[in-house]
Amino acid sequence: MAVTRHSDAVAPVRSSGPVSSWFGRHVRTSIGSMGRLARQPFASLMIILVIAVTLAIPAALNLVIKNARSVSEGWDNALDFSVYLQSAITEDEARGLARLIEQRADVASVELITAAEALEEFKEQSGFGAALDQLQENPLPHTLVVRPSPSNTAQSMTLLQEEVGNLPESDSVQVDTEWVQRFHAILDIVREAIAIGAALLGIAIIVIIGNTIRLDIQNRREEIEVTKLIGASNAFVRRPFLWSGFWYGLFGGLLALALVQYGLYLLQQPVARLAGLYQGGIVVMNLTFNEMLAILGIGVALGLLGSWFAASRHMRRIEPR
Amino acid sequence: MIRLEEVTKRFPGGQEALSNLSLSIDKGEMVFVTGHSGAGKSTLLRLIALIERPTSGQVIVDGQNTRRVKRRRIPAYRRQIGMVFQDHKLLYDRPVFDNVALPLIIAGMGYRDAGRRVRPALEQVGLLHKEKQNPETLSAGEQQRVGIARAIVTRPKLLIADEPTGNLDPDLSLEVMRIFRRFNEVGVTLLIASHDIGLIDKLGCRHVALEDGRLAPDAIEDDFVEFGIRSDEEPRWQ
Repeated sequence: MAVTRHSDAVAPVRSSGPVSSWFGRHVRTSIGSMGRLARQPFASLMIILVIAVTLAIPAALNLVIKNARSVSEGWDNALDFSVYLQSAITEDEARGLARLIEQRADVASVELITAAEALEEFKEQSGFGAALDQLQENPLPHTLVVRPSPSNTAQSMTLLQEEVGNLPESDSVQVDTEWVQRFHAILDIVREAIAIGAALLGIAIIVIIGNTIRLDIQNRREEIEVTKLIGASNAFVRRPFLWSGFWYGLFGGLLALALVQYGLYLLQQPVARLAGLYQGGIVVMNLTFNEMLAILGIGVALGLLGSWFAASRHMRRIEPR
Repeated sequence: MIRLEEVTKRFPGGQEALSNLSLSIDKGEMVFVTGHSGAGKSTLLRLIALIERPTSGQVIVDGQNTRRVKRRRIPAYRRQIGMVFQDHKLLYDRPVFDNVALPLIIAGMGYRDAGRRVRPALEQVGLLHKEKQNPETLSAGEQQRVGIARAIVTRPKLLIADEPTGNLDPDLSLEVMRIFRRFNEVGVTLLIASHDIGLIDKLGCRHVALEDGRLAPDAIEDDFVEFGIRSDEEPRWQ
């Protein structure tokens, strides 16, 4: 009776094929581990809730950033800018230039505000009407208000502004997009901060699950000793604990998704009111299917990692005495 | 089946549990190891089960030198040996059936296949009707029989038992020994540590007396009665 590998150790055993018995073993162990969690519903629920909240916070913050970006992206690319022309340019020349710029693919429309119109408007709005009447000539230039096409990116916008500004007829370009860019820069920083926070929370999940599994191992120390005594390998003893970690991670991930969905549901009313004020156009983006899968996957991966660390570390130390 | 060659086991404290012990047990023998507590009986069994390794000397079990069994091969090595313990070492969170099936599950057998082995094993110890009960609800003698069923369910060629009747009254002890003898009759080699000399004499088996980690001087190899069938055949399990 030489020492043979794994299942061959008991020679006359007739098993139903290596794959199906391996599969069956895992199914049994996984169900057994779930049953073990179910037998301590309160403790298990607490851990699952902690994992869920820890996963849901970065997921929800990411969703907020995603929505903020999608809304502000609209502003960025459709922002009008004004081009003040040289004062020597005549109205006809200005009209021609407007038509020329309008033909560009990255421009949706161009509106000409002539010097006379601008002065008229200024007189009405400033209240200096009488004083302005004293002027012998109109000091204001013709102005083109350029509305870029919505397909522009931030880069092509900058390029458009530069090119129009460099035309010999134009004096200066006034853009008011800087605050949008600043806003985006802030969003980027916040997004980075969330990523760092999420990584830290991920470590927290590993520690939480690892600690739970460690306590579980200590409680079942005698059982582990006995199974090792009658020939169980480390892998065999570790298996149910890995499954526990898997279930913690999976249920934590599912609950995290539920929390995010509930949060979105709560936001539905206020967003609808806001959309009403702005005549529609605001739709809250949900997590995509892939993002949901990613949250579940991260939960499971962290659960397995935490239980694997704990099981590998403590299992070796438990040997029959 | 078992050969010890000049085996010494010294513990970190410095005390010697076994000193230069040589011993040979043939296939198909049923042998008792006797001696006071601290004489080295348990250590001898622990060396065979590879719970401990000898400080020096060789322990050869069924042709394998335990010195050459690497750490990660120990589980596979242990699965070839049936072990019975004084305190049964049952798992009380699952029924009798699952306890007895555990060695088969560990060896990778499916649950249904295991059932075909568990029931005959329980039948041999007379506990088939209690397979669904929790071991806690059984008497000490019954628990020990569950332990024995678990030890034989993989049909090992060697069975070692450490004080299997230590917690049992004389009637139950005799019952357990009768079960062991039935296994011996089908070719299983048994090595049983016990201090119950009266019972051993009643059975008339070979016994090895240990004293301070050596063979007791007055008992060396002339005190035993040949017993059972000695053969190199495989055990004939029913």
